[in-house]
Amino acid sequence: MNGPLQRLGRWVGSHLVLAGGLLVLLYMFVPIFVVVLMSFNDPDSRLIYRFDGFTLKNWANPCAADGMCGALSRSIQIGLLATVVATLLGTLMAFALVRHRFHGRSAANLGIFLPMASPEIVMGSSLLALFVAAGFGGRLGFWTILIAHIMFCLSFVVVTVRARLAGLDDNLEQAAMDLYATEVQTFRRVTLPLVFPGILGAALLSFSLSFDDFIITNLNAGNTTTFPMYVWGVAQRGVPMQVNVVGTVMFLVSVVIVVAVEVRRRRQERVLAG
Amino acid sequence: MTATATRPAGSSAPTPEPAPPAKRPRRNLTGYWLLLPGALWLAVFFVVPFYSLLATSLYDPGGSVLEGYDMSWAFGNYVTAIQEYWRPLVRSLWYGAVATAICLVLGYVLAYAIAFKAGRWKNLMLILVIAPFFTSFLVRTLSWKLLLRDDGFVVDTLQFLHVLGADGRLLATPVAVIAGLVYNFLPFMVLPLYASIDKIDPRLVEAAGDLYARPFVGFFKVTWPLSLPGVVSGTLLTFIPAVGDYINAQLLGSPGQRMIGNVIQNLFTDAGDYPVAGALSVMLMLLILVLVLVYVRRAGTEELL
Repeated sequence: MNGPLQRLGRWVGSHLVLAGGLLVLLYMFVPIFVVVLMSFNDPDSRLIYRFDGFTLKNWANPCAADGMCGALSRSIQIGLLATVVATLLGTLMAFALVRHRFHGRSAANLGIFLPMASPEIVMGSSLLALFVAAGFGGRLGFWTILIAHIMFCLSFVVVTVRARLAGLDDNLEQAAMDLYATEVQTFRRVTLPLVFPGILGAALLSFSLSFDDFIITNLNAGNTTTFPMYVWGVAQRGVPMQVNVVGTVMFLVSVVIVVAVEVRRRRQERVLAG
Repeated sequence: MTATATRPAGSSAPTPEPAPPAKRPRRNLTGYWLLLPGALWLAVFFVVPFYSLLATSLYDPGGSVLEGYDMSWAFGNYVTAIQEYWRPLVRSLWYGAVATAICLVLGYVLAYAIAFKAGRWKNLMLILVIAPFFTSFLVRTLSWKLLLRDDGFVVDTLQFLHVLGADGRLLATPVAVIAGLVYNFLPFMVLPLYASIDKIDPRLVEAAGDLYARPFVGFFKVTWPLSLPGVVSGTLLTFIPAVGDYINAQLLGSPGQRMIGNVIQNLFTDAGDYPVAGALSVMLMLLILVLVLVYVRRAGTEELL
């Protein structure tokens, strides 16, 4: 039953799966190649979206595209503010859920899960209905977008920090307490550093969710334009190539951050392993 | 001899521990206080809005955003919504289901390869799965528009292979919209699948082989059932956003591929017909809720069999 033919079949089979997986991965990168390529594009016409010639001018003048940099900086502001608030509130909630037992814990868990399982269009239109009913229909803009972003980032923060906290070895905290560290000392010197990677990951996730959101934002933005809304607008009238410069920079920055975190983690593992 | 034993016996009882072990968490009010700010935020900006939406869907359709609406329990809004927009609603569910099925196949291959075949490249491959998605959703979707355009490489190749007719196209067809959905929501499938498959003990699959199960049989009797939790959460995380999405339908499709998200967004922001838009939103939420409940039930019982 274990003849050479079967073995050959299994060998091909195992590498077929790997090859298939790599193909799928390649498929996920195809648009990224296009974004990078198009950031160097010198278009003949704004209306036809194709590669016409090489230029560096998009990179030299990213703000030459009308209104793009304004939208970009607004998105960054909203992203940073939403990240700070959501990370703070979400981390507190994660500590409550992992470290404390109280009535209604499973209800709280459900309440945190629901925003992640609701379609954005429904959440966005519900919020709009609330704002309009509360008389804020004419004042949609920066603050209503921020409120919405904090809302949908919260659950993702809780889930990320909770996972880190739940996987934490509490013997380390026990040891600190046994060595007469106070409550505050233990938290600052032991618990926080151990949970920090989870909090950092949650913050990065929040920022990218907020920065990239379109559906909820578009319903609650009034006349305010964020970067995704800007892209949506120009998609109908002709896309300036600077949009691809922003896309490329976003990609590079996030890859650098993710790789740095991974390298740090490996180094720590090596240190811990001796 | 443990470290705890060196501590004076009585001292641990009066001083409350800041971080009690997860096995016996404290039961006091601190938990509530920590939870309160976030819970309030979610209550006010996630739960209450659903009531506003429900109320909006029952407003008198005669009003307008500027003049305000009267509450008249107008259940007729739902009838109007179904009569006028049942096509985009059904289409959304259909596109979402097809995209989810394709994502499941592609995502399973990738997740399986990462979990079992990648070896020391596992972490790198996981990073690569997430990396493309830090670039703007809309910019990436615009790239697909470029790739799938009428005289582009993909269409030319398909025409050469006679998959497409001489004047066949991809843009403004369901194919382009579904391809866009598959692309955009694939990581939501891969990550939960990976988490599930990675937990499977490879010795179980080997054991099936030792008991003369062919690889194919071994997969369907061992690997697949054990990965079901990942399959269920992955398909839900893909299906729900895909049904509500309208970016792909707008950028890659034509009015003939309009999805329910396009309609709702349009009614709210351009047409200003809040009651019908609200009714559609409520129906979408209920439909998804029912489908998810039925699906989780069935998947749960399958798992037990």
